[in-house]
Amino acid sequence: MSETSNGEVLRVEHLVKHFPIKRGTKASAGGKAVRAVDDVSFAISEGETLGLVGESGCGKTTTGRVVVRLTEETGGSIFVDGQDITSYNARQLKPVRRKMQIVFQDPFASLNPRRSVGFIVGAPLQIHGLYDDTGPDRVAQLLERVGLKGDDAERYPHEFSGGQRQRIGIARALALEPRLLILDEPVSALDVSIQASVINLLRKLQQDLGLAYLFISHDLSIVQHVSDRVAVMYLGKIVEIGTRHEILRTPTHPFTQALLAAVPNPDPTKRTNADRLVLTGDAPSPSDPPSGCRFRTRCWKAADVCAEEEPALIDRLDPGHAVACHFPETLEQMVSAPGRQSS
Amino acid sequence: MATSPTSAGVAEMAEEVVLAVKNLTVEFETEDGVLRAVEQVSWELLQGETLGLVGESGSGKSVSVLAVLGLIKQPPGRIVSGEIWYDGSDLLAATHGDLRAIRGTDIAMIFQDPTTSLNPVVTVGSQISEAMLIHDKGLSKKDARDRAIALLASVGVPSPEDRVHQYPHEFSGGMKQRAMIAMAIANKPRVLIADEPTTSLDVTIQAQFLDVLRAAQRETGASTIFITHDLGVIAEMADRVVVMYGGRVVETADVETIFKSPSHPYTLGLMNSVPKLELEVHELAAIPGQPPDPFNLPPGCTFQPRCELGQGRSRCTEEVPELRELGSRRWSACHFAEELEPGFMARPAEGLEIITDASPGETP
Repeated sequence: MSETSNGEVLRVEHLVKHFPIKRGTKASAGGKAVRAVDDVSFAISEGETLGLVGESGCGKTTTGRVVVRLTEETGGSIFVDGQDITSYNARQLKPVRRKMQIVFQDPFASLNPRRSVGFIVGAPLQIHGLYDDTGPDRVAQLLERVGLKGDDAERYPHEFSGGQRQRIGIARALALEPRLLILDEPVSALDVSIQASVINLLRKLQQDLGLAYLFISHDLSIVQHVSDRVAVMYLGKIVEIGTRHEILRTPTHPFTQALLAAVPNPDPTKRTNADRLVLTGDAPSPSDPPSGCRFRTRCWKAADVCAEEEPALIDRLDPGHAVACHFPETLEQMVSAPGRQSS
Repeated sequence: MATSPTSAGVAEMAEEVVLAVKNLTVEFETEDGVLRAVEQVSWELLQGETLGLVGESGSGKSVSVLAVLGLIKQPPGRIVSGEIWYDGSDLLAATHGDLRAIRGTDIAMIFQDPTTSLNPVVTVGSQISEAMLIHDKGLSKKDARDRAIALLASVGVPSPEDRVHQYPHEFSGGMKQRAMIAMAIANKPRVLIADEPTTSLDVTIQAQFLDVLRAAQRETGASTIFITHDLGVIAEMADRVVVMYGGRVVETADVETIFKSPSHPYTLGLMNSVPKLELEVHELAAIPGQPPDPFNLPPGCTFQPRCELGQGRSRCTEEVPELRELGSRRWSACHFAEELEPGFMARPAEGLEIITDASPGETP
């Protein structure tokens, strides 16, 4: 299944991560688990950004953590540059880790406050035995690459603002010249006025270095801006995946459509009308997902088949645009259809 | 500046002012020195409107509202100067008892984080009832309970007869936030304050919340102050907008005016820097630099070090720009606000590529 051609950096096949629910000191007898990630497959090529979106608790962050093997998977396979790394032990993983790095959401929690910026950015080089006489120069170059000054290496994280700290985190992630970055909500913790500059930096780094990005975010406007392709997750599953245009302009899964309709329009002359799509209720618990289609409990199209048969994630209307819905249709096709919910 | 931002406009329009903050300056004593949180802040809330207070963290957008409710702890806080007028009296001069009578009845608040704002060991119904029983001694417990059920139903909590007996942990985030609305409107307030009420919610749940809040506003007729950093939410909800930066009000205008032609370079920069779902651009127009250090605010205009309009002109670094009226109900604290007009907004950023025709500012 895994092919190494056309610059594919990452391939994930049927990835599963279940967290067992423990009560007290012993695991519960029923073997119940939070099914955070349940059969997720995707691939990312060199220079490409895959945006991973969904509500909180849908499993998008867990997916990112399992890919870099910060969290052990329950099932499925992870291929990096065609190598199946799923069964690798820590020693075997070490060279693979040079190829993929992660940037965390909170730049206040992800930098050691007692270490200088130079130490933090140089740490990956130290760990991999690559920090030699040229180390300080290398660190200075990395800091300049992310828009900081070379002599910022002497300073400590608390001397920097949130946006600058996130740049330090990005410099650290770049130290080993990776091919893939997992960006887990990289600007969500930042002030609005500095998000744009960090986003611009990430785009420039991608162009200059040919990096592949897995961009995890709940903010569809940002995902629209950075992604080549977009995957939409719901309760541990990808429900729709395609190019940015397919997902954001002609979405065919009801959840994607509702998610897009919920984004407030920054134009007061186009306030949401009363007959827009509004999802009712909350997502069900991932420890006890509905039978069949997991979205059916909030879906206005749900029919008997939705409870009985889980819809496969396959190309249904256009090639390359896969959707896991028994009744996919674009918004245009839907306009005259009955069943739209009004609020 | 003799008048506050909207008082002149109000006199002309003869709109009723429900709540007015005038020249409020608040400081906090901290280990690192004195922090001036807001300086000379003035705004007015008109009857029946939704006033959006926009700003980033540290801009002081919540401070004036906390002062309204008497929730600034002194010390370390210190109200240096200012007045807060509600119902003919200055709330800053009000006694503790007077404030207690107003809080939760006349002026009610919906906080950002429903998880920490609800008492985890008291049922949701009891918390809503308590809000009513405190202010209405004649109300029986049963009547309060019945009214709590009706309130939960009105904010769209399913099976409220059962939910009223549940504890906050049995509610999801969106449901807790609805319960917070129910509690806030329990006493039919005249003023509803929502402080970043949707920041911790998913967009899907946020959309539900905004619908419920709109319904609650219609039902109670309450004037609303909506504090947020999210321009999209402001565009959805607000009638008028107050933009704050570095502890000062930098711009005030009607919502359509401010989105169509902002008259402060910070507002303009903020609107241009945010990616939009309908608009595809190669590069975002980022505001250069960092938000100001509140301990060490720049001289003159607080936005001047990041400003592309000022271009280092000496007036910007030497003279604090006062909020001045530009036109009907438009106020800007920029020395060179006129240079932003007309159509500065329409200037396409480099590489701007409009894919759909749904770009902001366009009218069909």
